[in-house]
Amino acid sequence: MLAARAFSLIGKRAISTSICVRAHGHAGVVKAEDFSLPAYVDRRDVPLPEVAFVRDLSAQQKALKEKEKASWTALSVDEKVELYRIKFNESYAEMNRGTNEWKTVLGGVLFFLGVTGLILLWQKHFMYGPVPHTFSDEWLSAQTKRMLDMRVNPVEGISSQWDFEKNEWKK
Amino acid sequence: MSSALLPKPQMRRLLARRMKFHLFGAFFVSVGCAALYKFGVAEPRKRAYAEFYKNYDPMKDFEAMRAAGVFESAPPK
Repeated sequence: MLAARAFSLIGKRAISTSICVRAHGHAGVVKAEDFSLPAYVDRRDVPLPEVAFVRDLSAQQKALKEKEKASWTALSVDEKVELYRIKFNESYAEMNRGTNEWKTVLGGVLFFLGVTGLILLWQKHFMYGPVPHTFSDEWLSAQTKRMLDMRVNPVEGISSQWDFEKNEWKK
Repeated sequence: MSSALLPKPQMRRLLARRMKFHLFGAFFVSVGCAALYKFGVAEPRKRAYAEFYKNYDPMKDFEAMRAAGVFESAPPK
């Protein structure tokens, strides 16, 4: 209003813009989106969220809220629970409850380990060639004999398990 | 929901109690691990070496190895 009168001193054309502003009411102010307003959240480290859980109360709930303004000893147990549920979504016990997710995770892990095992079997059968000749039984026994002849690891290792007098493995 | 009151939970010194428990636990677990290693691994190993070298004759060992033919510079007799 004041702006309109002030602009009329400068020029007629300014009035039209101020009239437009008044016609729109509060143009220039955008409607607040839900995500920009304080939100309710069920979190262990937020015991009292910024807003109550139930935003739009029914007539019954509104009546209960009025009753809450009087002495609380007049409230029944069910009414107290209803007031709690208006304010909070889940109790701490409900919020912290465990799930059965671990079964799914374990099952998935074991399943894919099994798939990997099948892949390895297929590879061994169809893809890989023979192992080197140094893995044959004859070579391995000759190799072990040579290790014992050289007294490899005589204190705690392989040569300590061989009985050199009787020429056999120690019992 | 019963009308009987629940017992009041512990409100204070929660961290102190947890810290005491874990400090004791950590001390005993680490000392236990050290003791287990000492008496399970270190002492038997020291004894094994002592036993081995108590009556060890290097020349006899050498002759046995030479007889087996593992030396290039010392062929069997």
